[in-house]
Amino acid sequence: MKQLFAKMLNAWPVKGCKLMRCLAFIGVAASAQAFDVTDDSGVVVHLTQPPQRIVSLLPSLTESVCELGACARLVGVDRYSNYPASLQKLPQVGGGLDPNIEAIVALRPDVVLMAVSSRASERLRSLGIKVVSLEPKTHADVQRVMLKIGEVLAVPDAAKIWRVIDAGVSAAAQSVPASAKGTRVYFEVNQGPYAAGESSFIGETLTRLGVKNIVPAKLGPFPKLNPEYIVRANPDLIMVGERNAGGLTQRPGWHSIRAVHDNRLCIFSTEQADSLVRPGPRMAEGARLMAQCLSDKAPKSTAGAKP
Amino acid sequence: MSFLVWSLVLLSLALTGLGVCVGSTGFENLIGPLLHPNIDPAKTAMAQQIVGQIRLPRTLGAWAAGALLGLAGAVAQGLFRNPLADPYLLGSASGASLGVALTLAVLGGGAGMLGGSMMNGGTAVSVFSGSVLVRLGLTGAAFVGAVLAVLLTLALSKGVQHTLRLLLAGVVVGVVLGAATQMVLLFSPDSLQAMQAFMLGSTAFVGWAACALMAGIWVLCMSVGGLLGRVLDGLSLGEATAHSLGLPLGSLRIALVAVLALATGTAVAQTGLIAFVGLAAPHLVRSVIKTTHGRLMLLASLMGGALLMAADTLARWLIAPQELPVGVLTAVLGGGYLLWLMHRNSRGFAGGAQ
Repeated sequence: MKQLFAKMLNAWPVKGCKLMRCLAFIGVAASAQAFDVTDDSGVVVHLTQPPQRIVSLLPSLTESVCELGACARLVGVDRYSNYPASLQKLPQVGGGLDPNIEAIVALRPDVVLMAVSSRASERLRSLGIKVVSLEPKTHADVQRVMLKIGEVLAVPDAAKIWRVIDAGVSAAAQSVPASAKGTRVYFEVNQGPYAAGESSFIGETLTRLGVKNIVPAKLGPFPKLNPEYIVRANPDLIMVGERNAGGLTQRPGWHSIRAVHDNRLCIFSTEQADSLVRPGPRMAEGARLMAQCLSDKAPKSTAGAKP
Repeated sequence: MSFLVWSLVLLSLALTGLGVCVGSTGFENLIGPLLHPNIDPAKTAMAQQIVGQIRLPRTLGAWAAGALLGLAGAVAQGLFRNPLADPYLLGSASGASLGVALTLAVLGGGAGMLGGSMMNGGTAVSVFSGSVLVRLGLTGAAFVGAVLAVLLTLALSKGVQHTLRLLLAGVVVGVVLGAATQMVLLFSPDSLQAMQAFMLGSTAFVGWAACALMAGIWVLCMSVGGLLGRVLDGLSLGEATAHSLGLPLGSLRIALVAVLALATGTAVAQTGLIAFVGLAAPHLVRSVIKTTHGRLMLLASLMGGALLMAADTLARWLIAPQELPVGVLTAVLGGGYLLWLMHRNSRGFAGGAQ
């Protein structure tokens, strides 16, 4: 700690820091411990104090920061981070894959949270900015990322907050009527048609709700299917976002699918779709939306349905 | 000539049979259940539905799109007296896709007249929609885009006399319009992935409406092209000779550009950007026989149809029940073929210019 003080006192006057700020800064530093965090890309990030200025470049990470009660520490987000609404006042620094490096540097963040897949982390690190790369893809990832961000932000409640989310998903699963369990569901991500398979985040939620995904895990998380596959699988229920719902029932041969024929389509609004597809703290909300859809639209008895 | 026509027709019929038997489960004989409904009525009903509403229209749709592209390629190569000309190199395909992307962006955003009336209340128009009006609207937009792109290319190259200038202009127009399309897509991120799948070429949602539309346009383009075949023959002897033969070159050229744009636009609007079929089909025909342009157009059409049908069947088959983008497959196969052709017979290839 003494060494740290010495370093700071040496370094700060060079940067022309005002006396008051110096004192305030030292005060904070004195109250905190320096700590190391290993991120998902295996990089060890050394933090001298809990970061106060955070830039997040992934909507699910942004939501996790806010869920941990640190929304006020965000100073910049990517253009897709739209929840909670208070973020609208923050400067946007481009997208996760094409961030505006200059704008991020200008915000003087203590740490940047971003996806592992983005190439920008190298560039930011070389500019001396601390980057924590995280990759939430599955339910387990959401928990791990939540705890990791809690560690980075030095928020002690992360585990408790995760338990609340997890309990929310379980509650949603319990609310699904017994008659709707085993409903065969097709979740269309977009019109390619790309489907959400069992191994995707959406697929995991569906599994926890006790329904059967027509796209098995072996096809990968988001396969581009032959539409004929869906007609043949003949799902009882189709879930789709409103952006992709146009013309779905008029596709060749689709009118004979049980779900289309009986009008068992759940069309989620764009805001709802966000909480369904983002592996973040709103997954309980997403599970509730799907459970609601199942309660409303699933056939009352699937006993007659063919496997 | 007639030998080649018949063998191509037979090949297409054989491929239709194969296409009907290849789907989400890989190869599977559905013709049996179709012909013998008494054995297993449930299986026959399922086969009727799968074949009648999905596999047959998309297989025939692939043929029609390939035929349109082959025809467009033959017209382009004759019209511009250039063996490298194809619907893509002249920018018409980029123009067509820009037309489609713009239409979707405008209609998708505002749920315009077409969207409002056709889709149940306010939802966006889909690029894969099966409804006739949407298909016609998209085809119209693609046609306008293709015509404008070709005219822009011609304006930039100041006519068709300078091959190099023409190709350069075509490349420039293609790149600029392609970039404009990407920009339109970037501003509508919701449709980005679906449009991307479309741009790579897909027959996944070709229904009977799209299939009939393409077949109708093909018949129209083929008859106009057949009538104008003599113009192309005249042109192949050089502009001065064509003039001395008494051909009204100006107006006939415009008619041919219209045929080119209509054929390209129709194919692009239904199946997206499918590479190399338009370029490779006429070359494949020429590598077998030398013939007049009228016949070349017919043969290139049949060849293009068979090519795309085969590629589409493969795209469905290789990683079933997932699908490869058929445009990627034609690019790989067609590109490989052209490289081989150039390697084998580089003199003949270069000599095809005049």
